[in-house]
Amino acid sequence: MVKYEKPQSFYDVFERKGPGQKVTHYCPGCGHGTAHKLIAEAIDEFGVQDRTIFCSPVGCSVFAYYYFDTGNIQCSHGRAPAVASAVRRTHPDSIVISYQGDGDLAGIGTAEIIHAANRGENITVYFVNNAIYGMTGGQMAPTTLVGQKTMTTPMGRNLRRDGNPIGMCELISALKTPVYVERVSLADGKKVLRARKAVRKALKNQIDGKGFSFVEILSPCPINWKMTPIEARNWVVEHLEPIFPIGNFRDVDAPEVKESAETARLSMTPAMMDDETLYTTLSTQRDLEADKPVAELTDQFVKIAGFGGQGVMSAGVLLANCAITTGLHATWLPSYGPEMRGGTANASVIVSTEAIGSPLVNRPTTLIAMNGPSLDAFEDQVVPGGLIIANSSMISRTATRKDLRFYPVPASDMAQKLGFLGAANVIVLTIHALLEGFPCVETLRHVVPHSLKRKNLVEMNMKMIDAAVEYVAANPVEAVPQETGAR
Amino acid sequence: MASETAKRINYVRIEADQCKGCRLCVETCPTHCIVIGSKINILGYQYARFEKYDCTACGLCFYVCPEPGAITVYKDATSEEMAS
Repeated sequence: MVKYEKPQSFYDVFERKGPGQKVTHYCPGCGHGTAHKLIAEAIDEFGVQDRTIFCSPVGCSVFAYYYFDTGNIQCSHGRAPAVASAVRRTHPDSIVISYQGDGDLAGIGTAEIIHAANRGENITVYFVNNAIYGMTGGQMAPTTLVGQKTMTTPMGRNLRRDGNPIGMCELISALKTPVYVERVSLADGKKVLRARKAVRKALKNQIDGKGFSFVEILSPCPINWKMTPIEARNWVVEHLEPIFPIGNFRDVDAPEVKESAETARLSMTPAMMDDETLYTTLSTQRDLEADKPVAELTDQFVKIAGFGGQGVMSAGVLLANCAITTGLHATWLPSYGPEMRGGTANASVIVSTEAIGSPLVNRPTTLIAMNGPSLDAFEDQVVPGGLIIANSSMISRTATRKDLRFYPVPASDMAQKLGFLGAANVIVLTIHALLEGFPCVETLRHVVPHSLKRKNLVEMNMKMIDAAVEYVAANPVEAVPQETGAR
Repeated sequence: MASETAKRINYVRIEADQCKGCRLCVETCPTHCIVIGSKINILGYQYARFEKYDCTACGLCFYVCPEPGAITVYKDATSEEMAS
């Protein structure tokens, strides 16, 4: 009778791997294989193979998807807990495992793991700590011991220069939300069996919906430690375990912490928002009676550019909201420098009757230039026959291209005269609406109060719309001149 | 009952071509049932061999072995299982 055999959650043959499709790519005596086996066994035991998604890291275990016959995602360096959080939230029935090494989790991904733990994501994180960067050839890791010789610390890690090894279990258990934090070791058979228990418990917690579970596995790296597998096991006991003491750091099932477990469980069920609430929150409304979908609409690719503070972004949001209100698809993509005011900024808006793939606008059909540099920067990109609306209060020149419509409007002056310079964006957007036929002015009037953050300015914005309508009536757009291509 | 089980023994099957010769099973086995042989396998390692029939089927060799499929442990192995 078979008592112990290769777990079902491994592929029978590792077809994705190159030669040697029955064995792992790990070095002889590596701890990863054992850790994999414990996890695969736990997946088998709870019968969750079909709904498990394994998020593998960057590091030696980058190829975990060669081995696990589950769902697999190979994540960017350090981001596995972030990816796992997203997968878990969007697929509530999935069982999500984040498997990471010490360079990945304690180095580049410190932020991701801390925040996933603090949010109490209902995921299981297995953290394989071998105190060194394995895949890249044995450089110092955040968990490298003081005095430990590595490729980048040939004289040993220096406390003053390189700091102290990070105890991730200690860090994670300083947070209130995680439900289970344990450090185990693969140093000998007994400890491996203890590790097996912890691995199972951490997975069970997720299946039971308890919350964030974290298991740190002290694992030997014989090759980079320059030892035999047996010596490496002993080194774990003699050197790693004194610095990284094994044992349980947090277990909400322990009686003394029942109460905080309740808190953690509450935090696990965030209120999900239905579509209606979402639309209200985003201040838009669907299926507005006044404006049925425009079947004959040609897709609009609008670039609105100016300097920060001219309402470039909010004009873009307003246009996108108009489209959504009408039942169309829209994207809004902001682009700006680190400064909130005065820097250059532009918004790319796409309005389409169909679902939109990329939100980038490389060839705008309409360019709204709020200042000179914006016209200089984007004039060449406008499609032939396109439209440029220029804020002539700030742009003295006209278009150099002749194969498009150029419509100057002193928007800043008009807005200032009406009492609020900051609403010049609504004037230019209204002009875009009038010249391009979408959105209709009624939709604009309807959406402005919803789209505007400062509700006391609604009246002022309505005045801007009126002013723009009057302006266009008095200054009809010139047709595109016949000679095209002249620059 | 006793006579029945006495006929059967516990058995550890080691896939020669999946062993990397790390000796962890050799070191871990409480009853010293596993040794490293002198033959070299397809991967270029001197692989482990199950040798002595004092096995208690405790599974420690299975758990310490880093290879997913190198070790299978049988309790009260039938002759077919041992032949496979």
